[in-house]
Amino acid sequence: MTPEEEAEFKRRQKGRNIVVGGLLLFFAALFYAITVVRMGD
Amino acid sequence: MNTAASTATTSPAQIKPAPSSQPAEWRDFFTLTKPRVMTLVIFTAICGLLAAPGTIHPVLGFTAVLAIAMGAGGSAALNHWWEADLDAGMKRTANRPLPSGRMRREDARDFGIFLSATSVAIMGVAIGWLAALMLAAAIVYYAVIYTMWLKPRTPQNIVIGGGSGAFPPLIGWIAVTGEITAMPMLLFAIIFMWTPPHFWALALFMKSDYAKVGIPMLPVVAGEGATRRQILAYTVLLAPVAVAPWLIGGTSWVYGSVAVALSVLFLALAIPVGLRERRDEDNMREEKMLFKFSIYYLFVLFGALVVDRVLAAQGLISAGMFA
Repeated sequence: MTPEEEAEFKRRQKGRNIVVGGLLLFFAALFYAITVVRMGD
Repeated sequence: MNTAASTATTSPAQIKPAPSSQPAEWRDFFTLTKPRVMTLVIFTAICGLLAAPGTIHPVLGFTAVLAIAMGAGGSAALNHWWEADLDAGMKRTANRPLPSGRMRREDARDFGIFLSATSVAIMGVAIGWLAALMLAAAIVYYAVIYTMWLKPRTPQNIVIGGGSGAFPPLIGWIAVTGEITAMPMLLFAIIFMWTPPHFWALALFMKSDYAKVGIPMLPVVAGEGATRRQILAYTVLLAPVAVAPWLIGGTSWVYGSVAVALSVLFLALAIPVGLRERRDEDNMREEKMLFKFSIYYLFVLFGALVVDRVLAAQGLISAGMFA
């Protein structure tokens, strides 16, 4: 892998990691909210 | 491999480069979910949710719509995975992540399965297992019955496959009420009857693309004349189904008058399409207009359903007997 390819590889991987991290945080918050609502039923 | 894929001819010009060694961009995963189709799915699901009698906590309502959107996205990703070879042969789809070589095929499959399974689990745990069962049925209907089985085999693929797009308002309704009654079944029937004229209008002016990859779309197999007659027949059948929620007392005159007006307009646009023949150097203006109108038709019809319900809840009109 050339240095350019490696840089592109890391850029894509970083982009995916940020999106996956954001989604995990979002779903953690969503499940917390669902639990609170369900417990209030 | 599906039948159509194996019978499709691929010219050297269509052969795409091997998948890149680079990991796919997150945007390509998003593209797999067919975001434009998803807007209609989300809209009709929200309408089903809002039009249903009863209330749902906003967090749970949001979760239900999110699960429906995830299920639609998952089944769309599975559709991309299965039809990658066909997509490579059609101008409209050749730049999708798989045929363009930007993503490995297995990644699309795994993403689709993960998204589908997660959506059903979230729906079951957060909302209820009847809604989850309907969501699972919708995913199987689209990804397996339509994409893998019917689409490559029968020119009636759109008629039966249209059922997959008819599930979102039904699931939205069930998320609120927890039961299946006449009204959500009618919402299902509206989209079911709407899909053939909507999609065949598109197929009439995209015929060459489908013929090239061997998909037995009605215009390719039965010819334009038969397709035009069927567009008209389904539009005629759609009219009473669209008005039925009002006729059975499920909505007030507000929805009823919008449904009647839209049905008359739909018929007015479908009649010329149904009766005319293609001319030399035809720009297919009537077909394109019908296709465009059919999209607005669904948005306005379901929007009217929600407005009807909101007005009834405010006491401004008398509610339908199911509201």
